[in-house]
Amino acid sequence: MALFDESYKALQDRLHKKDLSVTELVNEAYENIKKTDGSVHAFLTLNEEAARQQAQALDAERGHSQATLFGLPIGIKDNIVTKGLKTTAASQLLANFEPLHHATVVERIQAQQGIVIGKLNMDEFAMGSSNENSSFYTTRNPWDLERVPGGSSGGSAAAVAAGMVPFSLGSDTGGSIRQPAAFCGVVGMKPTYGRVSRFGLIAFASSLDQIGPLTTTVENNAHLLQAISGVDAYDSTSADVAVPDFTKALTGEVKGLRIAVPKEYLGEGVSAGVKAAVKKAIAQLEALGASVEEVSLPHSKYAVATYYLLASSEASANLARFDGVRYGVRKEADNLIDMYKKTRSEGFGDEVKRRIMLGTFALSSGYYDAYYKKAQKVRTLIKRDFEKVFENFDVVIGPTTPTTAFKIGEKIDDPLTMYANDILTIPVNLAGVPAISVPCGLAEGLPVGLQIIGKPFDEATVYRTAHAYEQAANLKLAPSLEGVNA
Amino acid sequence: MTEITKEQIKHVAHLARLTFTEEEVEAFAKDLGDIIGFAEQLNELDTEGIEETTHVLDITNVLRDDVVRDSLDREEALKNAPAQQNGQVKVPKVIGD
Repeated sequence: MALFDESYKALQDRLHKKDLSVTELVNEAYENIKKTDGSVHAFLTLNEEAARQQAQALDAERGHSQATLFGLPIGIKDNIVTKGLKTTAASQLLANFEPLHHATVVERIQAQQGIVIGKLNMDEFAMGSSNENSSFYTTRNPWDLERVPGGSSGGSAAAVAAGMVPFSLGSDTGGSIRQPAAFCGVVGMKPTYGRVSRFGLIAFASSLDQIGPLTTTVENNAHLLQAISGVDAYDSTSADVAVPDFTKALTGEVKGLRIAVPKEYLGEGVSAGVKAAVKKAIAQLEALGASVEEVSLPHSKYAVATYYLLASSEASANLARFDGVRYGVRKEADNLIDMYKKTRSEGFGDEVKRRIMLGTFALSSGYYDAYYKKAQKVRTLIKRDFEKVFENFDVVIGPTTPTTAFKIGEKIDDPLTMYANDILTIPVNLAGVPAISVPCGLAEGLPVGLQIIGKPFDEATVYRTAHAYEQAANLKLAPSLEGVNA
Repeated sequence: MTEITKEQIKHVAHLARLTFTEEEVEAFAKDLGDIIGFAEQLNELDTEGIEETTHVLDITNVLRDDVVRDSLDREEALKNAPAQQNGQVKVPKVIGD
Protein backbone atom coordinates (compact mmCIF):
# COMPACT_ATOMS: atom_id res chain seq x y z
CA MET A 1 0.00 0.00 0.00
CA ALA A 2 1.30 3.47 -0.83
CA LEU A 3 2.36 5.29 2.32
CA PHE A 4 -0.19 8.08 1.90
CA ASP A 5 -3.03 5.55 1.46
CA GLU A 6 -2.52 4.26 5.00
CA SER A 7 -5.06 5.43 7.55
CA TYR A 8 -4.42 8.26 9.99
CA LYS A 9 -4.29 5.78 12.87
CA ALA A 10 -1.93 3.39 11.06
CA LEU A 11 0.51 6.19 10.28
CA GLN A 12 0.46 7.57 13.83
CA ASP A 13 0.93 4.05 15.27
CA ARG A 14 3.84 3.30 12.96
CA LEU A 15 5.50 6.64 13.70
CA HIS A 16 5.28 6.26 17.46
CA LYS A 17 6.39 2.60 17.34
CA LYS A 18 9.38 3.85 15.30
CA ASP A 19 8.40 1.56 12.46
CA LEU A 20 8.29 4.69 10.28
CA SER A 21 10.09 8.02 10.47
CA VAL A 22 8.84 11.51 9.81
CA THR A 23 11.81 11.87 7.46
CA GLU A 24 10.46 8.95 5.39
CA LEU A 25 7.03 10.61 5.20
CA VAL A 26 8.55 13.92 4.10
CA ASN A 27 10.80 12.11 1.59
CA GLU A 28 7.72 10.41 0.16
CA ALA A 29 6.04 13.78 -0.38
CA TYR A 30 9.01 15.37 -2.16
CA GLU A 31 9.72 12.23 -4.20
CA ASN A 32 6.12 12.10 -5.38
CA ILE A 33 6.22 15.81 -6.17
CA LYS A 34 9.38 15.30 -8.21
CA LYS A 35 7.78 12.35 -10.03
CA THR A 36 4.47 13.96 -10.93
CA ASP A 37 4.43 17.73 -10.52
CA GLY A 38 6.28 18.36 -13.77
CA SER A 39 2.98 17.42 -15.45
CA VAL A 40 0.42 18.38 -12.79
CA HIS A 41 1.85 21.78 -11.73
CA ALA A 42 0.11 21.79 -8.35
CA PHE A 43 2.83 23.53 -6.32
CA LEU A 44 4.06 27.11 -6.68
CA THR A 45 6.70 27.09 -3.93
CA LEU A 46 8.29 24.24 -1.99
CA ASN A 47 9.36 24.43 1.67
CA GLU A 48 11.81 21.56 1.32
CA GLU A 49 14.76 22.60 3.46
CA ALA A 50 12.68 23.72 6.44
CA ALA A 51 10.39 20.67 6.15
CA ARG A 52 13.34 18.27 6.19
CA GLN A 53 14.83 20.00 9.23
CA GLN A 54 11.51 19.87 11.02
CA ALA A 55 11.18 16.16 10.14
CA GLN A 56 14.58 15.41 11.67
CA ALA A 57 13.68 17.24 14.86
CA LEU A 58 10.34 15.43 15.10
CA ASP A 59 11.94 12.02 14.62
CA ALA A 60 13.46 12.44 18.09
CA GLU A 61 9.99 12.99 19.54
CA ARG A 62 8.46 9.78 18.23
CA GLY A 63 6.84 7.80 21.01
CA HIS A 64 6.41 10.93 23.17
CA SER A 65 4.49 13.57 21.22
CA GLN A 66 0.75 13.89 21.74
CA ALA A 67 0.35 16.25 18.77
CA THR A 68 -2.57 15.30 16.53
CA LEU A 69 -0.89 16.07 13.19
CA PHE A 70 2.47 14.65 14.24
CA GLY A 71 4.78 14.43 11.23
CA LEU A 72 2.01 14.62 8.63
CA PRO A 73 2.83 16.34 5.30
CA ILE A 74 0.43 19.18 4.48
CA GLY A 75 0.21 21.48 1.44
CA ILE A 76 -1.08 25.05 1.87
CA LYS A 77 -3.02 27.09 -0.68
CA ASP A 78 -1.02 30.11 -1.72
CA ASN A 79 -3.51 32.69 -0.41
CA ILE A 80 -2.77 31.59 3.17
CA VAL A 81 0.24 33.49 4.52
CA THR A 82 3.33 31.63 5.72
CA LYS A 83 6.09 33.52 7.51
CA GLY A 84 9.18 33.88 5.34
CA LEU A 85 7.76 31.52 2.70
CA LYS A 86 6.68 33.26 -0.49
CA THR A 87 2.91 33.79 -0.68
CA THR A 88 1.57 35.12 -3.98
CA ALA A 89 -2.15 34.26 -4.20
CA ALA A 90 -1.04 33.28 -7.75
CA SER A 91 -0.82 36.98 -8.68
CA GLN A 92 2.02 38.81 -10.44
CA LEU A 93 1.29 41.69 -8.08
CA LEU A 94 2.47 39.58 -5.12
CA ALA A 95 5.14 37.62 -7.03
CA ASN A 96 7.82 38.65 -4.49
CA PHE A 97 5.78 38.80 -1.27
CA GLU A 98 7.26 37.24 1.86
CA PRO A 99 4.78 37.42 4.75
CA LEU A 100 5.94 38.62 8.18
CA HIS A 101 3.71 36.20 10.08
CA HIS A 102 1.84 32.91 9.79
CA ALA A 103 -1.91 32.66 9.27
CA THR A 104 -3.64 31.30 12.40
CA VAL A 105 -4.34 27.99 10.60
CA VAL A 106 -0.62 27.57 9.90
CA GLU A 107 0.22 28.37 13.55
CA ARG A 108 -2.27 25.70 14.60
CA ILE A 109 -0.87 23.11 12.16
CA GLN A 110 2.60 23.78 13.54
CA ALA A 111 1.33 23.56 17.11
CA GLN A 112 0.10 20.04 16.27
CA GLN A 113 3.46 19.27 14.58
CA GLY A 114 2.15 18.96 11.03
CA ILE A 115 4.69 19.74 8.32
CA VAL A 116 4.20 22.44 5.67
CA ILE A 117 5.43 20.90 2.41
CA GLY A 118 4.83 23.87 0.13
CA LYS A 119 2.39 26.39 -1.35
CA LEU A 120 -0.29 25.34 -3.81
CA ASN A 121 -1.43 26.89 -7.07
CA MET A 122 -4.86 28.51 -7.38
CA ASP A 123 -6.85 30.98 -9.44
CA GLU A 124 -5.46 34.48 -8.82
CA PHE A 125 -6.84 35.82 -5.52
CA ALA A 126 -9.14 32.74 -5.47
CA MET A 127 -11.22 34.12 -8.34
CA GLY A 128 -12.05 31.30 -10.69
CA SER A 129 -13.37 27.77 -11.05
CA SER A 130 -10.67 26.16 -13.19
CA ASN A 131 -7.18 27.29 -12.08
CA GLU A 132 -6.78 28.88 -15.51
CA ASN A 133 -6.67 32.27 -13.78
CA SER A 134 -3.37 31.53 -12.04
CA SER A 135 -0.89 34.10 -13.36
CA PHE A 136 1.90 31.49 -13.19
CA TYR A 137 0.59 28.28 -14.81
CA THR A 138 -2.55 26.15 -14.96
CA THR A 139 -2.67 23.13 -12.66
CA ARG A 140 -3.78 19.97 -14.50
CA ASN A 141 -6.28 17.39 -13.36
CA PRO A 142 -4.36 14.19 -12.44
CA TRP A 143 -7.25 12.13 -13.90
CA ASP A 144 -6.80 13.71 -17.34
CA LEU A 145 -4.07 16.26 -17.94
CA GLU A 146 -6.15 17.96 -20.64
CA ARG A 147 -8.78 18.85 -18.06
CA VAL A 148 -8.97 21.48 -15.32
CA PRO A 149 -8.58 20.44 -11.66
CA GLY A 150 -11.32 22.90 -10.74
CA GLY A 151 -10.82 26.05 -8.73
CA SER A 152 -9.95 28.07 -7.07
CA SER A 153 -8.18 25.53 -4.79
CA GLY A 154 -7.14 23.48 -7.84
CA GLY A 155 -3.57 22.92 -6.67
CA SER A 156 -4.78 21.77 -3.24
CA ALA A 157 -7.08 19.13 -4.80
CA ALA A 158 -4.67 17.98 -7.53
CA ALA A 159 -1.75 17.53 -5.09
CA VAL A 160 -3.86 15.24 -2.87
CA ALA A 161 -5.34 13.34 -5.86
CA ALA A 162 -1.89 12.72 -7.36
CA GLY A 163 -0.52 11.44 -4.04
CA MET A 164 1.95 14.29 -3.48
CA VAL A 165 0.52 15.07 -0.03
CA PRO A 166 -2.29 13.35 1.90
CA PHE A 167 -3.55 16.67 3.33
CA SER A 168 -3.92 20.22 2.08
CA LEU A 169 -5.70 23.43 2.99
CA GLY A 170 -7.86 25.36 0.56
CA SER A 171 -10.28 28.24 0.85
CA ASP A 172 -13.90 28.32 -0.29
CA THR A 173 -15.84 31.49 -1.15
CA GLY A 174 -18.34 30.04 -3.64
CA GLY A 175 -17.24 26.41 -3.97
CA SER A 176 -13.46 26.74 -4.20
CA ILE A 177 -12.75 23.73 -1.95
CA ARG A 178 -15.67 21.49 -2.90
CA GLN A 179 -15.67 21.90 -6.69
CA PRO A 180 -11.96 21.01 -7.15
CA ALA A 181 -12.37 18.18 -4.60
CA ALA A 182 -15.21 16.82 -6.77
CA PHE A 183 -13.26 17.25 -10.03
CA CYS A 184 -10.15 15.51 -8.64
CA GLY A 185 -11.89 12.76 -6.62
CA VAL A 186 -10.82 13.83 -3.10
CA VAL A 187 -12.63 14.87 0.09
CA GLY A 188 -13.07 18.63 0.57
CA MET A 189 -14.80 20.40 3.48
CA LYS A 190 -16.03 23.98 3.69
CA PRO A 191 -16.74 24.53 7.39
CA THR A 192 -19.45 26.76 8.84
CA TYR A 193 -18.65 30.45 8.38
CA GLY A 194 -16.75 31.44 11.54
CA ARG A 195 -15.58 27.91 12.46
CA VAL A 196 -12.03 28.57 11.24
CA SER A 197 -10.07 31.80 11.69
CA ARG A 198 -9.52 33.80 8.51
CA PHE A 199 -6.54 35.65 10.00
CA GLY A 200 -3.79 35.43 7.40
CA LEU A 201 -6.10 34.39 4.57
CA ILE A 202 -5.69 36.96 1.78
CA ALA A 203 -9.28 38.22 1.72
CA PHE A 204 -11.49 37.83 -1.35
CA ALA A 205 -15.06 38.22 0.00
CA SER A 206 -14.89 38.49 3.78
CA SER A 207 -18.52 37.52 4.51
CA LEU A 208 -18.16 34.29 2.48
CA ASP A 209 -14.52 33.11 2.72
CA GLN A 210 -13.68 30.04 4.83
CA ILE A 211 -10.53 27.91 5.04
CA GLY A 212 -10.98 24.13 5.02
CA PRO A 213 -9.18 20.79 4.47
CA LEU A 214 -8.81 18.67 1.31
CA THR A 215 -7.75 15.09 2.00
CA THR A 216 -7.71 11.51 0.74
CA THR A 217 -10.28 10.33 3.31
CA VAL A 218 -13.07 11.65 5.52
CA GLU A 219 -11.13 10.58 8.63
CA ASN A 220 -8.06 12.59 7.61
CA ASN A 221 -10.33 15.53 6.85
CA ALA A 222 -11.87 15.46 10.33
CA HIS A 223 -8.42 15.40 11.98
CA LEU A 224 -7.16 18.41 10.03
CA LEU A 225 -10.34 20.45 10.62
CA GLN A 226 -10.12 19.60 14.33
CA ALA A 227 -6.64 21.08 14.50
CA ILE A 228 -7.49 24.39 12.78
CA SER A 229 -10.97 25.09 14.24
CA GLY A 230 -12.00 27.44 17.01
CA VAL A 231 -12.23 31.08 18.00
CA ASP A 232 -9.20 33.30 17.39
CA ALA A 233 -8.46 36.66 18.98
CA TYR A 234 -7.07 37.86 15.63
CA ASP A 235 -10.35 37.30 13.73
CA SER A 236 -13.38 39.01 15.23
CA THR A 237 -15.66 36.99 12.91
CA SER A 238 -14.34 33.65 14.18
CA ALA A 239 -17.13 32.12 16.25
CA ASP A 240 -16.82 31.48 19.97
CA VAL A 241 -18.60 28.12 19.65
CA ALA A 242 -17.34 24.89 21.23
CA VAL A 243 -15.54 22.56 18.82
CA PRO A 244 -16.73 18.97 19.29
CA ASP A 245 -14.49 15.96 18.65
CA PHE A 246 -15.29 15.42 14.96
CA THR A 247 -13.66 11.98 14.87
CA LYS A 248 -16.17 10.72 17.47
CA ALA A 249 -18.84 11.19 14.78
CA LEU A 250 -17.16 8.67 12.46
CA THR A 251 -19.26 5.73 13.59
CA GLY A 252 -20.46 4.35 10.26
CA GLU A 253 -23.97 4.65 11.69
CA VAL A 254 -26.66 6.69 9.87
CA LYS A 255 -29.81 4.87 10.98
CA GLY A 256 -32.64 7.38 11.37
CA LEU A 257 -30.68 10.20 9.68
CA ARG A 258 -33.13 12.48 7.83
CA ILE A 259 -31.81 13.36 4.36
CA ALA A 260 -33.34 16.09 2.20
CA VAL A 261 -32.69 16.04 -1.55
CA PRO A 262 -33.51 19.39 -3.20
CA LYS A 263 -35.23 18.92 -6.54
CA GLU A 264 -33.35 21.99 -7.84
CA TYR A 265 -30.04 20.10 -7.38
CA LEU A 266 -30.95 17.25 -9.73
CA GLY A 267 -32.69 19.31 -12.39
CA GLU A 268 -31.75 20.37 -15.86
CA GLY A 269 -28.12 21.31 -16.40
CA VAL A 270 -26.91 18.42 -14.25
CA SER A 271 -25.33 15.76 -16.50
CA ALA A 272 -26.77 12.25 -16.68
CA GLY A 273 -23.56 10.68 -15.38
CA VAL A 274 -23.46 12.96 -12.34
CA LYS A 275 -27.15 12.35 -11.61
CA ALA A 276 -26.70 8.57 -11.81
CA ALA A 277 -23.70 8.51 -9.44
CA VAL A 278 -25.38 10.81 -6.91
CA LYS A 279 -28.68 8.88 -6.96
CA LYS A 280 -26.78 5.65 -6.40
CA ALA A 281 -24.98 7.19 -3.41
CA ILE A 282 -28.25 8.44 -1.91
CA ALA A 283 -29.76 4.95 -2.35
CA GLN A 284 -26.77 3.52 -0.53
CA LEU A 285 -27.34 5.86 2.44
CA GLU A 286 -31.00 4.86 2.42
CA ALA A 287 -29.96 1.20 2.52
CA LEU A 288 -27.89 2.02 5.62
CA GLY A 289 -31.06 3.17 7.37
CA ALA A 290 -31.34 6.87 6.55
CA SER A 291 -34.65 8.30 5.36
CA VAL A 292 -34.71 10.31 2.12
CA GLU A 293 -37.24 12.92 1.02
CA GLU A 294 -37.39 15.40 -1.84
CA VAL A 295 -37.55 19.07 -0.83
CA SER A 296 -37.33 22.47 -2.52
CA LEU A 297 -34.82 25.28 -2.10
CA PRO A 298 -36.84 27.64 -4.28
CA HIS A 299 -34.36 30.53 -4.46
CA SER A 300 -31.42 28.38 -5.63
CA LYS A 301 -31.57 29.71 -9.17
CA TYR A 302 -30.90 33.25 -7.94
CA ALA A 303 -27.77 32.26 -6.03
CA VAL A 304 -25.24 32.76 -8.84
CA ALA A 305 -26.36 36.34 -9.60
CA THR A 306 -26.54 37.17 -5.88
CA TYR A 307 -23.10 35.74 -5.30
CA TYR A 308 -21.36 37.56 -8.15
CA LEU A 309 -22.76 40.91 -7.02
CA LEU A 310 -21.88 40.42 -3.35
CA ALA A 311 -18.53 38.64 -3.74
CA SER A 312 -17.32 41.12 -6.37
CA SER A 313 -18.42 44.09 -4.25
CA GLU A 314 -16.53 42.80 -1.23
CA ALA A 315 -13.53 41.95 -3.44
CA SER A 316 -13.38 45.45 -4.91
CA ALA A 317 -12.98 46.81 -1.37
CA ASN A 318 -10.60 44.08 -0.15
CA LEU A 319 -8.29 44.36 -3.16
CA ALA A 320 -7.94 48.12 -2.78
CA ARG A 321 -4.95 47.42 -0.51
CA PHE A 322 -2.87 46.16 -3.45
CA ASP A 323 -1.53 49.54 -4.50
CA GLY A 324 2.23 49.02 -4.69
CA VAL A 325 2.97 51.07 -1.56
CA ARG A 326 3.78 48.70 1.30
CA TYR A 327 4.35 45.40 -0.53
CA GLY A 328 4.07 43.76 -3.91
CA VAL A 329 5.48 44.58 -7.34
CA ARG A 330 5.28 48.35 -7.91
CA LYS A 331 5.15 49.87 -11.40
CA GLU A 332 6.64 53.34 -11.14
CA ALA A 333 4.93 56.46 -12.49
CA ASP A 334 5.31 60.24 -12.07
CA ASN A 335 2.60 60.69 -9.50
CA LEU A 336 0.86 58.61 -6.87
CA ILE A 337 -2.48 58.02 -8.63
CA ASP A 338 -0.76 56.95 -11.85
CA MET A 339 1.52 54.63 -9.85
CA TYR A 340 -1.56 53.01 -8.28
CA LYS A 341 -3.20 52.60 -11.68
CA LYS A 342 -0.13 51.21 -13.40
CA THR A 343 0.70 48.80 -10.55
CA ARG A 344 -2.86 47.45 -10.44
CA SER A 345 -3.49 47.34 -14.20
CA GLU A 346 -0.26 45.46 -14.88
CA GLY A 347 -0.31 43.38 -11.69
CA PHE A 348 -3.87 41.99 -11.79
CA GLY A 349 -5.10 39.45 -14.35
CA ASP A 350 -8.26 39.79 -16.47
CA GLU A 351 -10.70 37.97 -14.18
CA VAL A 352 -9.56 39.90 -11.11
CA LYS A 353 -10.01 43.19 -12.97
CA ARG A 354 -13.41 42.05 -14.24
CA ARG A 355 -14.60 41.39 -10.67
CA ILE A 356 -13.12 44.59 -9.27
CA MET A 357 -14.94 46.48 -12.04
CA LEU A 358 -18.23 44.65 -11.40
CA GLY A 359 -17.95 45.24 -7.65
CA THR A 360 -16.99 48.89 -7.98
CA PHE A 361 -19.93 49.38 -10.34
CA ALA A 362 -22.38 47.63 -7.99
CA LEU A 363 -21.22 49.79 -5.08
CA SER A 364 -21.09 53.07 -7.01
CA SER A 365 -23.45 55.92 -6.40
CA GLY A 366 -26.81 55.42 -8.13
CA TYR A 367 -26.44 51.62 -8.44
CA TYR A 368 -25.89 50.60 -4.80
CA ASP A 369 -29.58 50.08 -3.98
CA ALA A 370 -30.46 48.39 -7.26
CA TYR A 371 -27.65 45.84 -7.19
CA TYR A 372 -25.77 45.49 -3.90
CA LYS A 373 -28.66 46.00 -1.50
CA LYS A 374 -31.01 43.93 -3.63
CA ALA A 375 -28.51 41.05 -3.62
CA GLN A 376 -28.20 41.25 0.18
CA LYS A 377 -31.97 40.88 0.47
CA VAL A 378 -32.01 37.88 -1.86
CA ARG A 379 -29.21 36.42 0.25
CA THR A 380 -31.67 36.47 3.18
CA LEU A 381 -34.20 34.49 1.10
CA ILE A 382 -31.56 31.89 0.15
CA LYS A 383 -30.51 31.55 3.80
CA ARG A 384 -34.15 31.10 4.86
CA ASP A 385 -34.58 28.29 2.29
CA PHE A 386 -31.96 26.30 4.20
CA GLU A 387 -33.32 27.23 7.65
CA LYS A 388 -36.74 25.95 6.65
CA VAL A 389 -35.44 22.62 5.35
CA PHE A 390 -33.24 22.14 8.43
CA GLU A 391 -36.32 22.36 10.66
CA ASN A 392 -37.15 18.81 9.53
CA PHE A 393 -33.93 17.33 8.18
CA ASP A 394 -30.37 16.64 9.38
CA VAL A 395 -28.51 17.03 6.09
CA VAL A 396 -29.18 18.20 2.55
CA ILE A 397 -27.62 16.07 -0.19
CA GLY A 398 -27.01 16.57 -3.90
CA PRO A 399 -24.19 16.76 -6.43
CA THR A 400 -21.27 19.14 -5.82
CA THR A 401 -21.08 20.19 -9.47
CA PRO A 402 -23.42 19.89 -12.48
CA THR A 403 -20.74 18.13 -14.57
CA THR A 404 -17.37 16.40 -14.20
CA ALA A 405 -14.10 18.25 -14.92
CA PHE A 406 -14.22 20.22 -18.18
CA LYS A 407 -11.41 20.73 -20.67
CA ILE A 408 -8.79 23.45 -20.30
CA GLY A 409 -9.84 26.37 -22.51
CA GLU A 410 -13.46 25.19 -22.79
CA LYS A 411 -15.11 27.93 -20.71
CA ILE A 412 -12.44 30.56 -20.16
CA ASP A 413 -13.78 33.00 -22.78
CA ASP A 414 -17.28 33.15 -21.37
CA PRO A 415 -17.50 34.34 -17.75
CA LEU A 416 -21.21 33.56 -17.36
CA THR A 417 -20.81 29.89 -18.41
CA MET A 418 -17.87 29.60 -16.04
CA TYR A 419 -19.86 31.15 -13.18
CA ALA A 420 -22.79 28.76 -13.80
CA ASN A 421 -20.53 25.84 -12.86
CA ASP A 422 -20.77 26.98 -9.22
CA ILE A 423 -24.57 26.92 -9.03
CA LEU A 424 -24.71 24.02 -6.53
CA THR A 425 -21.95 25.21 -4.22
CA ILE A 426 -22.65 28.97 -4.01
CA PRO A 427 -25.91 28.79 -1.98
CA VAL A 428 -23.95 27.11 0.86
CA ASN A 429 -21.59 30.08 1.21
CA LEU A 430 -24.43 32.57 1.04
CA ALA A 431 -26.19 30.71 3.88
CA GLY A 432 -22.92 30.22 5.82
CA VAL A 433 -23.55 26.51 6.46
CA PRO A 434 -20.97 23.68 6.31
CA ALA A 435 -20.70 21.27 3.36
CA ILE A 436 -18.39 18.49 2.22
CA SER A 437 -17.71 16.96 -1.18
CA VAL A 438 -16.95 13.26 -1.03
CA PRO A 439 -16.15 11.12 -4.11
CA CYS A 440 -19.16 9.00 -5.21
CA GLY A 441 -17.96 7.24 -8.34
CA LEU A 442 -16.98 8.01 -11.89
CA ALA A 443 -18.87 9.30 -14.91
CA GLU A 444 -17.09 8.62 -18.20
CA GLY A 445 -13.90 7.94 -16.30
CA LEU A 446 -13.93 11.19 -14.27
CA PRO A 447 -14.72 11.64 -10.56
CA VAL A 448 -18.15 12.80 -9.34
CA GLY A 449 -18.59 14.60 -6.01
CA LEU A 450 -21.45 14.02 -3.55
CA GLN A 451 -22.23 17.20 -1.63
CA ILE A 452 -23.47 16.85 1.95
CA ILE A 453 -24.67 20.10 3.54
CA GLY A 454 -25.27 20.47 7.29
CA LYS A 455 -26.73 22.83 9.86
CA PRO A 456 -24.58 25.71 11.12
CA PHE A 457 -21.76 24.34 13.34
CA ASP A 458 -22.91 20.75 12.76
CA GLU A 459 -19.86 19.56 10.81
CA ALA A 460 -20.02 16.43 12.99
CA THR A 461 -23.21 15.18 11.29
CA VAL A 462 -21.77 16.06 7.87
CA TYR A 463 -18.68 13.98 8.66
CA ARG A 464 -20.78 11.13 10.06
CA THR A 465 -22.81 10.95 6.85
CA ALA A 466 -19.80 11.29 4.54
CA HIS A 467 -17.82 8.67 6.46
CA ALA A 468 -20.69 6.14 6.57
CA TYR A 469 -21.11 6.52 2.81
CA GLU A 470 -17.36 6.32 2.14
CA GLN A 471 -17.02 3.12 4.21
CA ALA A 472 -20.08 1.45 2.67
CA ALA A 473 -19.23 2.39 -0.92
CA ASN A 474 -15.52 1.53 -0.46
CA LEU A 475 -14.65 3.11 -3.84
CA LYS A 476 -10.95 3.88 -3.29
CA LEU A 477 -10.76 5.99 -6.43
CA ALA A 478 -7.31 6.94 -7.68
CA PRO A 479 -6.11 8.25 -11.03
CA SER A 480 -3.83 5.97 -13.05
CA LEU A 481 -1.32 8.83 -13.46
CA GLU A 482 -0.63 7.49 -16.93
CA GLY A 483 1.41 9.96 -18.93
CA VAL A 484 2.21 11.89 -15.77
CA ASN A 485 5.90 12.58 -15.35
CA ALA A 486 8.43 14.97 -13.98
CA MET B 1 -28.78 42.76 -22.24
CA THR B 2 -28.02 45.89 -20.25
CA GLU B 3 -26.23 48.76 -21.95
CA ILE B 4 -23.09 49.93 -20.17
CA THR B 5 -21.40 52.81 -21.94
CA LYS B 6 -17.70 53.28 -22.50
CA GLU B 7 -17.88 56.46 -20.40
CA GLN B 8 -19.32 54.47 -17.49
CA ILE B 9 -16.50 51.93 -17.80
CA LYS B 10 -13.90 54.70 -17.75
CA HIS B 11 -15.51 56.30 -14.69
CA VAL B 12 -15.66 52.99 -12.78
CA ALA B 13 -12.08 52.16 -13.84
CA HIS B 14 -10.89 55.45 -12.34
CA LEU B 15 -12.74 54.73 -9.08
CA ALA B 16 -11.08 51.28 -9.00
CA ARG B 17 -7.66 52.78 -9.85
CA LEU B 18 -7.37 50.80 -13.08
CA THR B 19 -6.61 51.87 -16.64
CA PHE B 20 -7.63 50.17 -19.85
CA THR B 21 -6.91 50.54 -23.56
CA GLU B 22 -9.83 51.57 -25.81
CA GLU B 23 -10.17 47.92 -26.90
CA GLU B 24 -10.28 46.73 -23.30
CA VAL B 25 -12.88 49.38 -22.46
CA GLU B 26 -15.08 48.05 -25.24
CA ALA B 27 -14.62 44.44 -24.12
CA PHE B 28 -15.42 45.39 -20.52
CA ALA B 29 -18.53 47.32 -21.57
CA LYS B 30 -19.82 44.13 -23.19
CA ASP B 31 -18.74 41.75 -20.37
CA LEU B 32 -20.14 43.94 -17.59
CA GLY B 33 -23.32 44.56 -19.57
CA ASP B 34 -23.82 40.79 -19.89
CA ILE B 35 -23.13 40.16 -16.20
CA ILE B 36 -25.34 43.03 -14.99
CA GLY B 37 -28.05 41.88 -17.42
CA PHE B 38 -27.83 38.41 -15.91
CA ALA B 39 -27.98 39.87 -12.38
CA GLU B 40 -31.16 41.73 -13.22
CA GLN B 41 -33.05 38.44 -12.86
CA LEU B 42 -33.05 39.32 -9.13
CA ASN B 43 -35.72 41.91 -9.95
CA GLU B 44 -38.16 39.02 -10.51
CA LEU B 45 -38.22 38.66 -6.73
CA ASP B 46 -40.31 40.84 -4.46
CA THR B 47 -37.97 41.76 -1.61
CA GLU B 48 -40.18 44.43 -0.04
CA GLY B 49 -39.72 44.26 3.73
CA ILE B 50 -36.94 41.63 3.60
CA GLU B 51 -33.96 42.59 5.75
CA GLU B 52 -30.49 42.49 4.23
CA THR B 53 -27.98 39.81 5.18
CA THR B 54 -24.59 41.46 5.46
CA HIS B 55 -23.25 38.67 7.59
CA VAL B 56 -24.57 35.19 8.49
CA LEU B 57 -23.55 35.22 12.14
CA ASP B 58 -24.83 37.50 14.85
CA ILE B 59 -21.76 39.65 15.06
CA THR B 60 -21.01 41.40 18.31
CA ASN B 61 -18.18 43.72 19.24
CA VAL B 62 -15.07 41.90 20.37
CA LEU B 63 -13.26 43.85 23.08
CA ARG B 64 -9.98 43.28 24.85
CA ASP B 65 -7.88 45.10 27.41
CA ASP B 66 -5.62 47.75 25.97
CA VAL B 67 -2.22 46.37 26.91
CA VAL B 68 1.15 47.23 25.42
CA ARG B 69 2.64 44.38 23.42
CA ASP B 70 5.62 43.93 21.15
CA SER B 71 5.02 44.63 17.48
CA LEU B 72 7.10 44.33 14.32
CA ASP B 73 10.25 46.40 14.33
CA ARG B 74 10.64 49.03 11.64
CA GLU B 75 13.16 47.15 9.53
CA GLU B 76 11.00 44.05 9.40
CA ALA B 77 7.83 46.01 8.70
CA LEU B 78 9.53 47.62 5.70
CA LYS B 79 10.88 44.33 4.34
CA ASN B 80 8.32 44.08 1.54
CA ALA B 81 8.09 47.80 0.70
CA PRO B 82 9.10 48.38 -2.94
CA ALA B 83 10.73 51.77 -2.19
CA GLN B 84 11.88 53.27 1.07
CA GLN B 85 13.94 56.12 2.44
CA ASN B 86 15.04 56.97 5.99
CA GLY B 87 13.06 54.07 7.42
CA GLN B 88 9.85 55.10 5.73
CA VAL B 89 7.84 53.94 2.74
CA LYS B 90 8.52 56.13 -0.27
CA VAL B 91 5.88 56.99 -2.88
CA PRO B 92 5.84 59.27 -5.93
CA LYS B 93 4.78 62.85 -5.35
CA VAL B 94 1.18 63.36 -4.39
CA ILE B 95 0.75 67.07 -5.14
CA GLY B 96 1.45 68.48 -8.60
CA ASP B 97 4.10 71.16 -9.29
